[in-house]
Amino acid sequence: MKAAIIVFPGSNCDRDIAVSLKKISEIEPLMIWHKETSIPDCDIVVVPGGFSFGDYLRCGSMAANSPIMLDVINKAKKGMPTIGICNGFQILTETGLLPGTLIKNDCLSFLCKTVSIKVENSNTKFSNLYSKSEVIDIPIAHNEGNFFADDDTLNKIKDNDQIVFKYCNNSGKTEKEFNPNGSIENIAGIINKDGNVLGMMPHPERATCQLSQLNDGEKFFNSIAESIL
Amino acid sequence: MTLITEDLVEEHGINKEEYSFILKSLKREPSITELGIFSAMWSEHCSYKSSKFWLKQLPTENNNVIQGPGENAGVIDIGDGYAAIFKMESHNHPSFIEPYQGAATGVGGILRDVFTMGARPVALLNSLRFGDTSHEKTKHLLTGVVSGIGGYGNCMGIPTVGGEVEFNSSYNDNILVNAMCVGIAKTDKIFYSKASGVGNSVVYVGSKTGRDGIHGATMASAEFDENSEEKRPTVQVGDPFSEKLLLEACLELMKMDVIIAIQDMGAAGLTSSAVEMAGKGELGIELDLDKVPCREKNMSAYEIMLSESQERMLMIIEPKKEHIAKEVFDKWELDFSVIGKLTNTNKMVINHERMKKAEIVLDILEKGAPSYKRPYSINKYSEEKINNEKLIDKDPISILKDLIGSPNLCSRKWVWEQYDHMVMTDTILIPGGDSAIIRVHGTNKGLSITSDSTPRYCLSDPIEGGKQAVAEAWRNLIAVGSRPIAITDCMNFGNPEKEEIMGQFAGVVKGMIMSCNELDFPVVSGNVSLYNETNGKGINPTPVIGGVGVINNLDIFADHNFKRKDDIIIIIGKTDGHLSQSIYATELLNINTGLPPKVNLAEEKKNGLTIKSLIESSLVDTSHDVSDGGILIALTEMAIKNNIGFEIETDKSNSHRFLFGEDQGRYIVSIKEKNLIKVKKILEENNVIYTIAGVTIDKIIKVNEEKIHIDMIKEIYENWFTRYLSE
Repeated sequence: MKAAIIVFPGSNCDRDIAVSLKKISEIEPLMIWHKETSIPDCDIVVVPGGFSFGDYLRCGSMAANSPIMLDVINKAKKGMPTIGICNGFQILTETGLLPGTLIKNDCLSFLCKTVSIKVENSNTKFSNLYSKSEVIDIPIAHNEGNFFADDDTLNKIKDNDQIVFKYCNNSGKTEKEFNPNGSIENIAGIINKDGNVLGMMPHPERATCQLSQLNDGEKFFNSIAESIL
Repeated sequence: MTLITEDLVEEHGINKEEYSFILKSLKREPSITELGIFSAMWSEHCSYKSSKFWLKQLPTENNNVIQGPGENAGVIDIGDGYAAIFKMESHNHPSFIEPYQGAATGVGGILRDVFTMGARPVALLNSLRFGDTSHEKTKHLLTGVVSGIGGYGNCMGIPTVGGEVEFNSSYNDNILVNAMCVGIAKTDKIFYSKASGVGNSVVYVGSKTGRDGIHGATMASAEFDENSEEKRPTVQVGDPFSEKLLLEACLELMKMDVIIAIQDMGAAGLTSSAVEMAGKGELGIELDLDKVPCREKNMSAYEIMLSESQERMLMIIEPKKEHIAKEVFDKWELDFSVIGKLTNTNKMVINHERMKKAEIVLDILEKGAPSYKRPYSINKYSEEKINNEKLIDKDPISILKDLIGSPNLCSRKWVWEQYDHMVMTDTILIPGGDSAIIRVHGTNKGLSITSDSTPRYCLSDPIEGGKQAVAEAWRNLIAVGSRPIAITDCMNFGNPEKEEIMGQFAGVVKGMIMSCNELDFPVVSGNVSLYNETNGKGINPTPVIGGVGVINNLDIFADHNFKRKDDIIIIIGKTDGHLSQSIYATELLNINTGLPPKVNLAEEKKNGLTIKSLIESSLVDTSHDVSDGGILIALTEMAIKNNIGFEIETDKSNSHRFLFGEDQGRYIVSIKEKNLIKVKKILEENNVIYTIAGVTIDKIIKVNEEKIHIDMIKEIYENWFTRYLSE
């Protein structure tokens, strides 16, 4: 199995996700420079975190227009499993593969900490080894992670069960006070309607025991390994 | 032609004697470009003219040191073919004028110092000092500096894993922003700045040159006055995105056999990098400034030579390999330009617009640079005991509440949560402890890293303060179970032309030398920032020490958080209850007189090495050094993270001295009860003084009869910054 990891100038979680995919999912990571025009034969596409193009103009907007993205969009529309983490999530919303957008944190500053998130949908390729409503601890690190969508879009997201992760406290309560960045409905991660494109702000690759004691991200990578077998 | 007047020379920070040396050496009047070059190279910042005499005396070698001071950064061998490359540098003056950009470019500069040597940066730390919390500028400076540091490091994808923040009125008009970077390289793939090979190409890579930061080095070498804010245009503007590209491009090229020498363009820009590279190689250098990529039109030779635009590097490459390098920089869309060549003339020749703008023998700039043994007088306070009647009439828990919620002892979480401290996924110990631990990627080996200083100790007794700064860094590394290897220092002082300030510098260095020697903990790199004065008032002497240690097996280390109930709490080291210069005395009693606690280096070493062996033999997994605030503060810091409290008994007639004294060379450990006999035996065999102080319990902090729930303490401890900034 192979994963294509798209590398933009300014990506900085590309190596981290490659290490986790290899170590946990036993998937061979292929690093693909953004100027390529086609994705090689692979089983999953990963748009990693970082500061593509320095977050200049608007987070993810320039990366969304890199040459490789035409093929990423094309293959995703044909069902290729695709994940965007952090800046990758921002990029995927910019391409239109995922609904909504990510705006500045309501605390108005960058925030790096381990937070609790609740698995709202465990019927996806990326979350099927978690149980529904399971509370997991995963780090976040972002300045623009505040998910926003207009009412219509939000209703559709909810109707289609597209919310995968929500910020919560350690007992699974999803009140506003447990929301680190102001995201609408505490949304931390969503999936597209077809169920093959996931975007999330938390970094599961930082919770695979590479950092001491954090291993709640392992099921994420194992879910991927099982579902794309 | 610009006329070189006396005023112009003075504006360039060159004094009369220095100028007459220039006239004698050149045998003519300098051009304006040459004057600018002398000004930058002979500034305090670049020439270390006031500090060199003292710095030369610091120990710089041990079995692990590969490269000591004199390169872009220091290099130590950490085993298995790996080297750690590190340095700390100040960006004080710019950060006061423009906090976001000043701090950001401070981070950018120190990163380049490390990756220019072939290392991938793996950790950033920063020591920050601001004025009194009631000073009108403090909030603005604090928020600006913290977001500037985060803005740069986060974008680069390098974790910021530690540091310190202090508030003190001596920094009201001169804040300190000291940034440290640690990188890792293979020992056989280290790059140096010494140029070689007459005829080889001098290559400029990175961002374009603009008019920003002209004379930054000179600004950093002068006192401030009320007009300092007018210097804002001399502050550089950072572009972390370009630096990230520069990092990746340099590391990519370094894998190929192309670069002969490389140096970043930091303070004094193209001038210092060209002079230093050619000077080290004992060669000459000829530059054609028309080839320098410029951001603005009509830049003069003077401006190009003195610009401190960021994210630029100078490399020496064989002409036949230029195309290989160009291809890499083209990929990363960075400027690449051959701007000159190495010569055998020992001269620096600058051409611009078909005219020779400068021609200086390099020896005049480097070996001819002034070096002063300035008059000094090492003054320390007189001894003064704090009598019992002066102590506060409150119980220890009430005092704990006051102290743990005070600006200098409260949690720094608000700061470090704005820094990405986990990217690269090798952060084993996150900020908030004694040292951060970073795994050497792909191995089970770790680096422990810390930065520390206690300026009030240095002010009251420079020699003891210097000793203490080094000893505390060593202690922080020991507390996590690592082997301390070497340090970098960032020496922040006032105006060295004053005997008293020069005495502070000399005293601190003398103290540092004692600790470095005794603890086998040499200095491998560093930076000096003098003239931290405004309207004649200097900062507290602040030698910030950045320490690096090694853990060979990451399965075994310690951190400061209590892990279990019913552990036995042991204080290692002798507690005399020294209150003078403690936080208790200075912040609660407002007593600033008296001498700081003494560091007994023999005890220090014995206690530390014993702690290290206890951790290595898995008898201790929880350890914390006792520093600012004393025992009760240290215990509380150990309790908060995992909600495990403690119960201790003290001699009530002496409890304040025992709980809040700042005697040196001490640690607190907590151990499983079943290991008590073994631990006691080891402590006794090593003649280590210890006190069994109490036990860990559930969620309550209890001192004699008084107690408080951890949640209440946590609320006070963790929310000071938010409350302060929303006021």
